[in-house]
Amino acid sequence: MALDEIYKETILDHYKNPRNKRELPGAELSCSRNNPLCGDEITVFVHEEDGKVAAVTFLGQGCSISQSSASMMTEAVNGRSVQEAERLIGDFRGMMAGDAEPDEDEFGELVALKGVVKYPIRVKCAVLAWDVLQEALSGGDGKAAGASAHGA
Amino acid sequence: MSVTKERAEGALDVVRIRADFPILSRTVGDKPMVFLDSAATSQKPRQVIEAEREFYERHNANVHRGIYMLSEEATELYEGAREKIARFIGASDPATIVYTRGTTESINLVAHAWGRKFLKEGDEILLSDMEHHSNIVPWQLCVRDTGAVLRYIPLTDDGLLDLSDLGSLLTKRTKILSVSGMSNSLGTLPPIRELADAAHAVGAVVCVDGAQLVPHVPVDVAELDCDFLSISGHKMLGPTASGGLYARRELLEAMDPFMGGGHMIEEVHHDHSTWNEVPYKFEAGTMNIAQEVGLGAAVDYLRALSMDAVRAHEEEITGYAIDRLLDAGATIFGPKDVSVRGGAVSFWYKDVHPHDLATVLNEEGVAVRAGHHCTQLVMRRFGVPATTRASFYVYNTNDEVDALIAALGRAEEVFGF
Repeated sequence: MALDEIYKETILDHYKNPRNKRELPGAELSCSRNNPLCGDEITVFVHEEDGKVAAVTFLGQGCSISQSSASMMTEAVNGRSVQEAERLIGDFRGMMAGDAEPDEDEFGELVALKGVVKYPIRVKCAVLAWDVLQEALSGGDGKAAGASAHGA
Repeated sequence: MSVTKERAEGALDVVRIRADFPILSRTVGDKPMVFLDSAATSQKPRQVIEAEREFYERHNANVHRGIYMLSEEATELYEGAREKIARFIGASDPATIVYTRGTTESINLVAHAWGRKFLKEGDEILLSDMEHHSNIVPWQLCVRDTGAVLRYIPLTDDGLLDLSDLGSLLTKRTKILSVSGMSNSLGTLPPIRELADAAHAVGAVVCVDGAQLVPHVPVDVAELDCDFLSISGHKMLGPTASGGLYARRELLEAMDPFMGGGHMIEEVHHDHSTWNEVPYKFEAGTMNIAQEVGLGAAVDYLRALSMDAVRAHEEEITGYAIDRLLDAGATIFGPKDVSVRGGAVSFWYKDVHPHDLATVLNEEGVAVRAGHHCTQLVMRRFGVPATTRASFYVYNTNDEVDALIAALGRAEEVFGF
């Protein structure tokens, strides 16, 4: 059944026990963005060293898809070269656009998000963290359109 | 609960009503579809679909133009719908109804054609924190051009307008009060007549966003004493892009046109033009003729049900839904007292994000809205990124509320922490 397919155990596990969900003191690169349609928010922090993603963390709040995707992303890109990380971002976007079949070796747990493709309106939830990472890696200053949905 | 159920089904014959809405027989997978998103757009009865189809099949021509049979028939139907809409909201003069494609266009019309002509630096526009973006953004654009200032009536924790400091918000500087007649995210029904009296006492005009009010509550513009009232046809059983703006005639006479084009003119010269009479001065180009004719049929349908019965039905089902949601452990945003609210019920359920919740509910056949509902000021006021909203109309039953509650249980199974 479709439900089980999109909320596979992996997604729920990362949602309930997010990995690398914390600020990264001294991070050279960081970027935040929200999804103005639904209020999902993600900030990604990257510590870059010798052309490598030496550490990556995130903060945010939102639905299970956006938050688990961010959590899995931090595990997937940690330690990779910036170039490899950018290639993975492109491949992930390709999978979520339904254009490319994921390479299971490269994707690992990320394959769990493939079921979201069937819910077009939620694809942007899955891609949000990756967009933020891309912007952080390309040195964006991180101010996205739309105000933060939080406050008083 | 069974008593509530019988009374709810007493105000309206919902079984018969549902038979008029072909779309309600759809299923989601093998489950009956439960449509609880009428605050976004209502479903349409056969009578409305037929009226639009018959217009195209038998009467289609442009209006107010051709000297031939079809054009005369089309004009008669189009103007007949205007008369029906006027009567529906208690306006004695059909010329006080300007056709628009809905409340967004209506409020933009007021902000443009009235606001830019009459507002100047230092004037104030009073809105509230419960407004839909369509009653905020047009005014933000307007103050950019005029130098007027926006002020906002705050909300209480119950989601009512906090009028305790109204005296300092509504002053001689206030030129217009523009507020929702019924909040689309909180359900709140503000005391419009009381606000209108206070606004008029300081010389301000009163603009009511009727997107949610007109479909669900008996409305009489004379009783409300509002100067502008926007109407959204697609939320009251009518076609999309149908709707209108009611305005007092002297305001319409004094305002500048909104858009220029065909039919809104009297004479056109090289360097200037003069305007057609009200309301045509505001109806440039070919309008949504078939859709407004369809809205006329929607008005007929609602009048046959009686708006008092529509309101009674919605009070019953909303009360039932609030009781059941609270029992299930949901947090409700907005008043709980059904006498001061309508049937748009926003809630948060046990830390399940509204998007996740809506996806699971859809699997169970239940259609609800998840998001900020174009009311980011409300979300910020209550400190949530989004809510889930169930909203009810003439065709909804308490059984459908039960289906919603059962589906919440399924979400808890999937997402329970």
